[in-house]
Amino acid sequence: MSTLLEIQDLSVEYDRHLVLDGVSLAVRTGEILGIIGETGSGKTTLARAVAGLAPVRGGRIAFDGTDLTALRGRARRAWRRTGALQYVFQDPLRALDPQHTVGTIVGEGLAVAGRQRPAEIATRVSDALTRVGLDPALAARRPGEISGGQRQRVLLARALAVEPRLLLCDEPVSALDASNRNHVLRLLAGLRDTAGVTVVVISHDLSSLAGIADRVAVLYGGRLAEHGPIGDVLAAPRHPYTALLVASAPSVRRERAVPAARLRGTGPGYDGGCNYSARCPFATAACATAPALSTVDGDRAVACHHALADLEFTS
Amino acid sequence: MLRVDDLRVTVGAEGTEAVRQVSLTVHKGESLGLVGESGSGKTLTCRAVLGVLPPGAEVAGGRITLDGTDLTTLDRRGWDRIRGGRVAAVFQDPASYLNPSLTVGRQLAEQLRLKRGLRRGETRAAAVELLEAMGIRRAEAVFGQYPHELSGGMLQRALIAIAVAGDPGLLVADEATTALDPAVQAEVLELLADLRERRGLALLLVSHDLAVVAQVCDRVAVFYAGEIVEQGPTADVIANPRHPYTEALLRVASLGDWRRRDLAVIPGRPPEPGAYPPGCRFAARCAFAAERCAEPVEPSTVDDRTVRCVRAGELALVGA
Repeated sequence: MSTLLEIQDLSVEYDRHLVLDGVSLAVRTGEILGIIGETGSGKTTLARAVAGLAPVRGGRIAFDGTDLTALRGRARRAWRRTGALQYVFQDPLRALDPQHTVGTIVGEGLAVAGRQRPAEIATRVSDALTRVGLDPALAARRPGEISGGQRQRVLLARALAVEPRLLLCDEPVSALDASNRNHVLRLLAGLRDTAGVTVVVISHDLSSLAGIADRVAVLYGGRLAEHGPIGDVLAAPRHPYTALLVASAPSVRRERAVPAARLRGTGPGYDGGCNYSARCPFATAACATAPALSTVDGDRAVACHHALADLEFTS
Repeated sequence: MLRVDDLRVTVGAEGTEAVRQVSLTVHKGESLGLVGESGSGKTLTCRAVLGVLPPGAEVAGGRITLDGTDLTTLDRRGWDRIRGGRVAAVFQDPASYLNPSLTVGRQLAEQLRLKRGLRRGETRAAAVELLEAMGIRRAEAVFGQYPHELSGGMLQRALIAIAVAGDPGLLVADEATTALDPAVQAEVLELLADLRERRGLALLLVSHDLAVVAQVCDRVAVFYAGEIVEQGPTADVIANPRHPYTEALLRVASLGDWRRRDLAVIPGRPPEPGAYPPGCRFAARCAFAAERCAEPVEPSTVDDRTVRCVRAGELALVGA
């Protein structure tokens, strides 16, 4: 599989505070990559940096070979107008203009691109709404007049209307109940399977994410803790933080192989060392040096000194 | 401790029925989970218990009693004695329930003065101790911090501290962990379970996520379109659901399954208040619907399980 998006050594700084610290990650054409991690771990910042919405301090973001961080002025506007990359925001109520109709919202990207007549735009809007499982008649309604699940699908339809190659979805399902959540995630899987759209999706819901995603990246404190095929990573985590997330995920089945409490640690941690060391129950003197991301099992990578031989978490 | 009998809640100027025939009990130290989709009536029910229904909604029938006190006839001053003292609540989005311009400690101290009658000199130590009991490390430092300086998980712990400051017998948690990431969510759920154990606190937990309810609740009430469709011991309901909607909820819930698979959905949408059919309200989406499901259906109780389905006895449903 070829690489659509190549992120190299990406750092983002807000108010002299590093929010992303040297993240390298490749997104392959036609895959769904899940991003998980706690609030403040840099998930949203990573997606926003790719969309050109965060102040990149260092590193490179290449989309199909084009370095997006080097684009300026006219070249940057031209790239944006292609619509190749679309960002689906977190909070549908705040991301949708309450004064506009669903039709205007979904067609806005096409109108901005300026390539089409109004009649064509209307057709594309209907198509986009149909693709996300909505009745095209909803085009006449306003965001306040439809349900939360429908609003989330309108956001998705808006992104799809311009036929993107890459969709960045920031917690598209966290506000939805289980059935609507699965519905939206199935739509994303369908876009990958039938239209070859590449999707990056940020979610807290590990179990449903595992249902649709190909790979997962785990962020902790602005650094990449672990990445690899999602089924392997969640079934046998190599990083202690991934193991904690997995052991903490709620399930209707109560029994667990590893209780979350056993994976929580408290300690002073090491300044300049592994940024998880203060919370890690397995931290040793070796963790005073920040671990580099190293390849394990061929297709996986993990940033932990103890990842390989010492630790066994099964869950 | 809490007893809700045949509760009926109406909304809007026309008095559209949004909740009906809701009966439930929560005993001392017990936890009951209310689950269902948005609009199912679970939040209206818990807001009726707290006496904080949204504008336009009102209790139109039934009785809510807390330790023998009838809550449905309370006036404002009566509520002031109940809320914070005998029943308290935490909600989603903790930041919006705290004053951003006052420190966490000051807001907690205010509760301790109001509800425990502590004097100014005594509140600081009591507040720090309470924050520590909520699993907050560096409680001294957190006492002096403003809400924006704390993470979502810390804020929720601080709000739980404020909620239990008056030593209530019942805590209502409405989607209190929904916005948190799994590691923090698990910690807050463990804190709630711990408060039950140590303080004998009864818990009414509202969540759209059956998996969350399964983690902490002894019993569960499943809401659909303004009614309870099934109620019973959580483990039992999950292993052996008797209502088709409960089975459908189990199929879409998190099972701790990490494999690639087809994610289940419940086709269709629930009916809106005012457009409820006369018969079973789930029938239009139910795989087992028969002709007699168009007739009104009353809940029936066998052992400690209540089910509102005319076919409950004859269906072989799959649990988790």
